[in-house]
Amino acid sequence: MWGFGETELAALGLSLAVAIRAVAINLLPAVFIAWLLTRRRFPGRLMLDAFVHLPLVLPPVVVGYLLLLLLGTRGPIGGWLDRQFDIQLTFSTMGAAVATAVMSFPLMVRAMRISLENVDTGLEEAARTLGASAWRRFATITLPLMLPGVLAGAVTAFAAGLGEFGAVITFVSNIPGETRTLPLALYTALQSPDGDATAARLAALSLSLGLAGLLASELLARGLRRWLGK
Amino acid sequence: MLEIDVALSRGDFTLEAHLCAPTPGVTALFGRSGCGKSTLVNVIAGLLPGARGRIALDGEPWLDSERGIAVPAERRRVGYVFQDARLFPHYTVRGNLLYGAPANTPRAFDDVVALLGLAELLGRRPRALSGGERQRVALGRALLAAPRLLLLDEPLASLDISRRGEVLPYLERLRDAFAIPMVFVSHQFDEVLRLGTHLAVMDAGRVVVQGDLASVSLAPALRSIVGHESVGAVVEGVVSGVDADALATVAIGAASRLRINAPGLVAGQRLRLQLLARDLILATEEPRGISVRNHLQGTVRAITHDAGAELVEVDIGGASLLARVTTEAARELHLAAGQPVWVLVKAVSAGAPLLT
Repeated sequence: MWGFGETELAALGLSLAVAIRAVAINLLPAVFIAWLLTRRRFPGRLMLDAFVHLPLVLPPVVVGYLLLLLLGTRGPIGGWLDRQFDIQLTFSTMGAAVATAVMSFPLMVRAMRISLENVDTGLEEAARTLGASAWRRFATITLPLMLPGVLAGAVTAFAAGLGEFGAVITFVSNIPGETRTLPLALYTALQSPDGDATAARLAALSLSLGLAGLLASELLARGLRRWLGK
Repeated sequence: MLEIDVALSRGDFTLEAHLCAPTPGVTALFGRSGCGKSTLVNVIAGLLPGARGRIALDGEPWLDSERGIAVPAERRRVGYVFQDARLFPHYTVRGNLLYGAPANTPRAFDDVVALLGLAELLGRRPRALSGGERQRVALGRALLAAPRLLLLDEPLASLDISRRGEVLPYLERLRDAFAIPMVFVSHQFDEVLRLGTHLAVMDAGRVVVQGDLASVSLAPALRSIVGHESVGAVVEGVVSGVDADALATVAIGAASRLRINAPGLVAGQRLRLQLLARDLILATEEPRGISVRNHLQGTVRAITHDAGAELVEVDIGGASLLARVTTEAARELHLAAGQPVWVLVKAVSAGAPLLT
């Protein structure tokens, strides 16, 4: 029963590829938004905060549908991408990564914000009196000290991204080898009369990956905190 | 000269400070907690947006609201030593020291490390340092940034008494070894006495009196802030001789000699001491057969009522002393401005003199 076949390996590979791309897409914008929401006061901050967190409360199907409207080949952004760069996100692995990225964005921002809120602004002030420009302060003080949160956010988003279902299946459908990630493969297996064993293997795989991801995140964060001298 | 004339409102607190501090020199900002000392220091450093007015160091403006000048903090080149050190936890002591240092200053680095005794600590992280060591590193870090002005915001306040004793001598060395002007915040008058050359007393967001230590020590505005028990004139002088009984003679001003009981003094040393007003005795004629070593002739300059007694300022020729006497004694002796009196000062009550 536990022998992994091509279905499982293809789904695993695709899930990893999607999750890694989603994290890569999100990393810089998430750091920026976390910094913006924590360190700046501007009109519309609450609105931005709520908007960033929307994917946490919306049904994933709704997010997938909205992505389809915006990024589909007939949507305003998707149409432009199609015409200008010949990029089609629908029915592609990249599209799955984009849907996963949108869903996991609030997870990353949250982890980074908590970490950034714990960075003493007094240290940034001290760096300022020592002649450091805004960029140097961010690069040498703020960013290193918020790294545990950046890392925790990235790993959590990666682990969650392995299993994004609703938004992915709505936006990019369920195409073997292209968008059929672990949860989609599991769903497909459950639909077929003889898929029980495959479903069990896929579920076990998802469980272990999720657990490993969370443990790795915690261990890395600990090591990093020690390195940071906290 | 550091010229400051600034205003800043934060909630219901208003800072309106006017200050002229000599450069080089150590200006002590003294006042109760919450009087605006730290706010003023932050305004000087440029860390508080919204400050209006004028700040100029040796004629170069850092802030001039009328002309639209506001040099950002990172370009003012102030060395700021914070109350809580604020060392970067992810850097070693060496990394912290070099953070603001201009490139190619190995000699300055070695000098500062030697001056502050940091050689042993260079490889450590701030976490592994004691409070006193942290403040020394913070001092070194500020110094190595080649500052034009050093700001010290109660650098000793977070330390216990013995740690303070560990850091104070380094601050004195610093004052003597570098010609960097310093602004030093404190609410401990003994620190002010040890380090300051110029004193500005703050109360409720304003500088209420400023000047050299000796003149400000006589100011009525200082009295309620230091506490009535601690009121006393600060005098500065030179040791002119020491005799076998550990009795040193100190020349104060042009004509006055004060004999104090302080072992270890050497002729030629410059020192500063505070004579507490409550320790001084006034007489209208010179007493005989008395153990008090100093009988100084002077003239009453002013009498002010203070906390249920009279504070009498006496000019002893080149310096002034404050004596606290009861209202009854003042009445019996018919004390009045212009009257000649004798000031009696016990040689053993002069306290520990501070070398300057």
